[in-house]
Amino acid sequence: MHKVMIPIGPQHPALKEPESFLIALKGEKITDFAVRLGYNHRGIEKACEERTYIQDIYLTERICGICSHTHSTAFVQAVEEIAGLAMPKRALYIRTIIGELERVHSHLLWLGVAAHEIGFDTLLMYTWRDREIVMDLLAAVTGNRVNYGINTIGGVRRDISPEQTKDILSGLKKLEERTKYYIDVATKETTIIKRLSNVGVLSKKNALSLGAVGPTARASGVDRDTRRDDPYAAYNEIDFKVITDDHCDVYGRTLVRCGELMESYKILRQALQNMPEGPLTVKAPRKIPAGEAVSRYEAPRGECMHYVRSNGTEKPERVKVRAPTLANVQCVAKMLEDRQLADLPIVIAAIDPCFSCTDRLVAVKEIGSRKRIMKWDELREYGIHWYQHQGVDFTELNKRLKRKMK
Amino acid sequence: MMTKEERIQSDLIVKFPFLDGKVRVQRARRIYTDLPKERLEDLLKYAISEMDFVFLCTMTGLDEGDNLSFIYHLTRQDGVILSLKISVPKTNPVIKTVTGYFKGAEIYEREVMDLLGAKVEGLPEGKRYPLPDDWPQDEHPLRKDWKKK
Repeated sequence: MHKVMIPIGPQHPALKEPESFLIALKGEKITDFAVRLGYNHRGIEKACEERTYIQDIYLTERICGICSHTHSTAFVQAVEEIAGLAMPKRALYIRTIIGELERVHSHLLWLGVAAHEIGFDTLLMYTWRDREIVMDLLAAVTGNRVNYGINTIGGVRRDISPEQTKDILSGLKKLEERTKYYIDVATKETTIIKRLSNVGVLSKKNALSLGAVGPTARASGVDRDTRRDDPYAAYNEIDFKVITDDHCDVYGRTLVRCGELMESYKILRQALQNMPEGPLTVKAPRKIPAGEAVSRYEAPRGECMHYVRSNGTEKPERVKVRAPTLANVQCVAKMLEDRQLADLPIVIAAIDPCFSCTDRLVAVKEIGSRKRIMKWDELREYGIHWYQHQGVDFTELNKRLKRKMK
Repeated sequence: MMTKEERIQSDLIVKFPFLDGKVRVQRARRIYTDLPKERLEDLLKYAISEMDFVFLCTMTGLDEGDNLSFIYHLTRQDGVILSLKISVPKTNPVIKTVTGYFKGAEIYEREVMDLLGAKVEGLPEGKRYPLPDDWPQDEHPLRKDWKKK
């Protein structure tokens, strides 16, 4: 049988963000798989070096549209460590609360996307409707649905009032009831169980050697969670379980995320009830003394890591970001080995990829004199050449087609 | 009583005497050290097999003037991060691949190749990351002297 190369992306209906997969097929079976990332590279690490620490909080927050709080928290934690700030407890609790609300909205979003990828759009509509509850809570508490702007160096910028606490608690009640229903659906609905079981298998051994993180790793039996292993914010004062599963497939990843939603509600209730009174910030210097720090944060997609090096000025010397998807995307090839092409969308979706996070940098139009507008034909020509370069060539096929049409 | 970080620090110095005075415990769960690049593999082997640092969290590349430095952030189950830093001259920034120890390191190595111009020995040909295919091979945006054109 002929080997056929299929390009998926950078723009493709099955992908929610630009990334490019080149797949070799024998019949319906995937024999080879290559990823090309970088389409969302925006130069954020470089841009951070040219801006002040305060500006960088807002810049790092915009690395990702889903886990924005993840990146700003990871960044400020590193800076606070270098500056040696003693953080007020209330601020740490507020960071925890926003972080868990973010996880809830992200996991509900994922559940909807995953349902959509297997053609179960009713579940997509349900979960995204329910997700509005947590989006409204985030908007009420922070003023924004995403990019909450809650962090600053040395604390948080907004308090959570007793009324807001009440609203969050009543929202949690509804969310918990709905999540229980989804767990019921996921564990009893035959369509889901059959479609997701044994799809995208990643053994524990491979998860470890490829460096998988977050729910992807935990669904392969890897018991790792930054919130417990390397506690930050208020997690060392909160009681919660790290959810793991031994299915090692997409079904396991679904169960882990559903279980984590329930844990998040537990964390949120504890944090809201035990949040101590006190100031929201400590005074932070504008110039940060020379030093370095590694900061980790358990994002909804897994461990997110920031490295910050300072040089005594008001701008950092280096900011390095490693988002969870970059660690997970390398597992996808393993998960797709010998699988059917039809499994590809759900397997990719199951790591909950976030390519904005992963890429972070491109200002191509600024290189030299290449600033020009392409006409439609030129763009088409460019596209054909680009794909030929990737190994996808339809020249022969077109010739044959032309002969047949004659 | 020694903390677990102090235990790691002293174990490293006993096994690798040249690290004496270089291993720094910055806070709980954070250990940093500099080492000559020739000794990186020995240290990786020891840290993986004897100390359980089985994950590579990521690799950070730094432009330090005349040198390029690379930090390998190793982690293990109990949350400790061991950051190993090596430096190479900018005129000949050659490092060896660590994909033999951590399969997932490939993408981090491609990143420092693109953004800082590191040369990674032993890494097979592959697609670049993260810069576009038509980005000039000799332009490395994370170098301090790189300017937008």
